[in-house]
Amino acid sequence: MTQLHTPSLAGALHHPDGEKHVEKIGVRDLRFYYGQYEALKGINISIPDRRVTAFIGPSGCGKSTLLRVLNRIYEMYPGQRATGEVMVDGDNILDPNLDLTKLRTKIGMVFQKPTPFPMSIYENVAFGIRLYDKISRADMDERVHWALSQAALWDEVKDKLHQLGTGLSGGQQQRLCIARAIAVRPEILLMDEPASALDPISTAKLEELIEKLREEFCIVIVTHNMQQAARASDYTAFMYLGELVEFDTSEKIFTNPSNIRTRDYVTGRFG
Amino acid sequence: MALIDQAEESRRRRIRNGRLADIFFRWMTWGFTALVLVMLGGVIVVLVQGAAPALKLFGFDFLITAKWNPVTDEYGALVPLVGTLATSAVAMLVGVPASFAVAFFLTELCPYKLRTPLSTAVELLAAVPSIIYGIWGLFVAAPFFQTTIEPALAAWLGPIPLIGQLFSGVPIGIGVLLAGLILGLMILPFMTAVMRDVFETVPAVLRESAYGLGATRWEVVWKVVLPYCRTGVVGAVMLGLGRALGETMAVTFVIGNAHRLPKSLFDPATTISAALANEFTEAVSDTYTSALIALGLVLFLLTFIVLAAGRRLLLRAEVAKTGGGK
Amino acid sequence: MTRVQTRRITDIVMTVIALAVTSLVLLILGAILWTLLSNGLSALRPSLFTESTPPPGSQGGLLNAIFGSAVMTGLAILAATPIGVMAGTYISEYGRNSRLAHIVRFVNDVLLSAPSIIIGLFVYGIVVVQMGHFSALAGVVALAIIAIPIIVRTTEDMLGLVPDALREAAAALGSPRWKIIAKVSYRAAFQGILTGVLLAVARISGETAPLLFTALNNQFWSSNLNAPMANLPVVIFQFAMSPYEDWRRLAWGGALLITATVLTLNIFARLLTRKRTGRS
Repeated sequence: MTQLHTPSLAGALHHPDGEKHVEKIGVRDLRFYYGQYEALKGINISIPDRRVTAFIGPSGCGKSTLLRVLNRIYEMYPGQRATGEVMVDGDNILDPNLDLTKLRTKIGMVFQKPTPFPMSIYENVAFGIRLYDKISRADMDERVHWALSQAALWDEVKDKLHQLGTGLSGGQQQRLCIARAIAVRPEILLMDEPASALDPISTAKLEELIEKLREEFCIVIVTHNMQQAARASDYTAFMYLGELVEFDTSEKIFTNPSNIRTRDYVTGRFG
Repeated sequence: MALIDQAEESRRRRIRNGRLADIFFRWMTWGFTALVLVMLGGVIVVLVQGAAPALKLFGFDFLITAKWNPVTDEYGALVPLVGTLATSAVAMLVGVPASFAVAFFLTELCPYKLRTPLSTAVELLAAVPSIIYGIWGLFVAAPFFQTTIEPALAAWLGPIPLIGQLFSGVPIGIGVLLAGLILGLMILPFMTAVMRDVFETVPAVLRESAYGLGATRWEVVWKVVLPYCRTGVVGAVMLGLGRALGETMAVTFVIGNAHRLPKSLFDPATTISAALANEFTEAVSDTYTSALIALGLVLFLLTFIVLAAGRRLLLRAEVAKTGGGK
Repeated sequence: MTRVQTRRITDIVMTVIALAVTSLVLLILGAILWTLLSNGLSALRPSLFTESTPPPGSQGGLLNAIFGSAVMTGLAILAATPIGVMAGTYISEYGRNSRLAHIVRFVNDVLLSAPSIIIGLFVYGIVVVQMGHFSALAGVVALAIIAIPIIVRTTEDMLGLVPDALREAAAALGSPRWKIIAKVSYRAAFQGILTGVLLAVARISGETAPLLFTALNNQFWSSNLNAPMANLPVVIFQFAMSPYEDWRRLAWGGALLITATVLTLNIFARLLTRKRTGRS
């Protein structure tokens, strides 16, 4: 196994627009194991705040695995473990002593398939808030309104807040899930192939939403769709077989990648 | 400042309570699960304890003695055991091919419109309590058997050497044959439903390929579907057998309740469950009661083995479908 | 005869046999239901529901038996449902593939298919013998033991159908485990679990054997849980085997009642399932 050139952490954050971007998530030597199988082989990457970072790569390269490390959702399943460091705002989130609940208020997640809970739209959004705060009905109404507006869903559902969330269309359901995730005021949003189950129109709406949200959140998005990554993200990381091959601005990755493997993938030679 | 601290404090308290609730909930569910385990353990313990006196008294001869004398307090399991096995054998011999035939019909031959209603009808019939089969057997089938079926069988099959012996004796309607048939009828809907489910796990492409090669409907089922689901079908049969062995009410009404070894299918006999049902509350001596519980233990072990094997096979069939391949 | 001809004939023969057998089976089963209806309807008078079981030779009804069955079934389900749901929750949400879950599933299956008369013996040993007498309470325990494995099984199956993505979404919001189960998993699986409970009710409504040595029977009206209580299945058993015409008629009436109840519950459970999966 040849040692790959790990992209310099500082260098990648110099965006051509001249601004220096602040690191939000710092991944240092992250290894992940499904039982004995090493799925992530020493990942080092610095993910900036208030920007959209996309992870691309062929099936099985580990991009979803990496995403799921960031909020430790893998801990629901026995036999899966991670080593290394993932620094968020000065704390290593892989530390077993870390308050997991606090972590999950900071980091929200949206999944591939829309997962509305079997309850009303209002209840869906309120679910997360209720976990932490006991607030008055009026306050809750306001927060639900805020979350749904941020997710560009308010106008479409304001008259049917008490209908079942499962009755919405696919694109609406996904936006509901985003609203639900935003409602608890996270700082980071993780999205695992959020548009893969949606039609092109809903996908376009979703990408508009991501564009709007990146002003307030650090967004990490895993996608199979390279065009989407090129359109919607500021930075792109290309992964292959559990390793980070290249990480740079999206413009560079898609027009003039440094690594030959990256070039082969983005030009459609394989994957 | 104080307001934010308050909110923070209330948040912390909520999270702490959540964690306590987590632990409590987990232990509660675990506790009830342990209860289920204890129930089975309890059944075995109670049976063994109750049967111990009789087993100690009679030893292993208990299983092969044909005696059953409440007056002299001498008991043996042979008669009820033979009855149980004989009725179950009849039930299986008739029930398995019949349920296979019905499953074949429902999955291949039945016109599409009728498929769902008929399948539903079969499944609903599987839910009919066994006592209904019992009283129908006693009041409707038994007289019919006595006057028509059994004399006919005696006339046709009686003269044949060897198996003719099975059809000798005075036809009184009730007896091993009727009990076995009623039993078969009772487990038929159940076995049909399981077999149908098993048949439907066959991937459509497999059946389509067979038809595409020009196979007839029968050949598709016999040569493609059945081998594919062989384990599952055997599992279904074993489940049916397990039920047949343990069935009480369908059999008690029509078995005749006679503690004698049946020499022919027309003879009355008794089964373990019928003996228990009829005699348990009348048992006067401790030995009598203990002997009956010992019968129960024998039945439990018998059904346990059969059912465990059946479930094992069905599980293996399931795993083979989902585990192999991708 | 050519090979093709043989094959064709075999197919025809087998088809005819299958058709014949199926028709015969459906005919017989239809005959049973018909007998049940015709004999049972003649017993269906208001007195069936207003008078208790009579001594042989006089008129009466099945009031005490209906009441007893309703009460014992109700109490049994009341006890069995929480136990069954909790146990099913453990092996589906917490245990999953653990050793304990495998063992419990196996034990549950054994109890599920164990002859119900054995359960009756068991409860006789632990309740009747300890209390010194037969009682409705013992009957309730026996019925509950029969119902629990059914509910455990359906709860486990239904919770297993809830997609993990739903649980992950709740966990990603920071929800504690018990809330995920209570507010998301249970809600999603609710109809399925309810169906399981209904099927358990249907099953124990028709069970006779476990009541034979526990609740026994009572000729008179009784609402005392501490004493033998009348119930439909045992009454049917006794009355049907008797030589008295009146009693036999009541037995058919009772049989009709039980069958109607069981079938209605099953059909209702099916409708619930259809509604959930959206099939016609």
